[in-house]
Amino acid sequence: MLPDIPQNLYYLLGAVLFTIGAVGVITRRNAIIVFMCIELMLNAVNLTFIASGNFLNSLDGVIFVFFIMAVAAAEAAVGLAIFVLIFRLKGTINVDDIHLLKG
Amino acid sequence: MIGIDIGFKWFIFVVTALLATGSSLMMVTRKNPIHSALWLIVTFFSIAIIYVLLNATFIAVAQVMVYAGAIMMLVLFVIMLIHLEWGKAQPAPKYSFPKLMGGLITVMFFLQVLAGIMAYTNIGKKDTYTPEMLASMGNTQAIGTLLYGKYVFAFEIASILLLVGIIGAVVLAKKIKD
Repeated sequence: MLPDIPQNLYYLLGAVLFTIGAVGVITRRNAIIVFMCIELMLNAVNLTFIASGNFLNSLDGVIFVFFIMAVAAAEAAVGLAIFVLIFRLKGTINVDDIHLLKG
Repeated sequence: MIGIDIGFKWFIFVVTALLATGSSLMMVTRKNPIHSALWLIVTFFSIAIIYVLLNATFIAVAQVMVYAGAIMMLVLFVIMLIHLEWGKAQPAPKYSFPKLMGGLITVMFFLQVLAGIMAYTNIGKKDTYTPEMLASMGNTQAIGTLLYGKYVFAFEIASILLLVGIIGAVVLAKKIKD
């Protein structure tokens, strides 16, 4: 008889997904792919919230994830609008070529 | 999930965890942004399946609708709008020293987190929402009661945030008259 799935396995999956997302943010240069990697990192955190909420018989994790989803939706709307604007302005969304704030 | 064979649960968990990891790796490594976006949708679906394993059915449906549906549709729309793959040729990925160091440091942080996970046991105080209670009451009803009761102020703030997001997107996307 197998034991139930230990909660640390869920945390491990969250950590792996978060690391993949973070490495993607650092190594990729396309702004939209960087954005998608950030979404992946948010999802990894959501997974950790749901897992610990489930193991503590609590719904607070679910509430947290609900609000994170609301923030992610607002972020997607504004962020993608900014990408379209930058593309119109500079003709590229390579994050290495966009250095307007660099002194 | 209540009343499900434990071996079957393990099987589902292992398959979806491997699928999520593999598809997110594909997402990071693909050159074409559209392929990346499609692989990310696969990742979101497998995370939704893991939410179902964790008795969070409402969040699983919200994940499919909000992430895999709305957000990724918007991302694909923008990618096609600025047609990256037909734009000027993407420069070959340069593996410069800062990038390599950044990746290495991130992996080192992961190893630290891994050591933390190995030693961690959750000793938090247990609440009353057991899986049996959620199944008898209904997941959505329990969340709704909390959301419109204890957390109603945060809920209103979130609605204001979404309104600001809508206005921001409209203002940004508006054509500037010259």
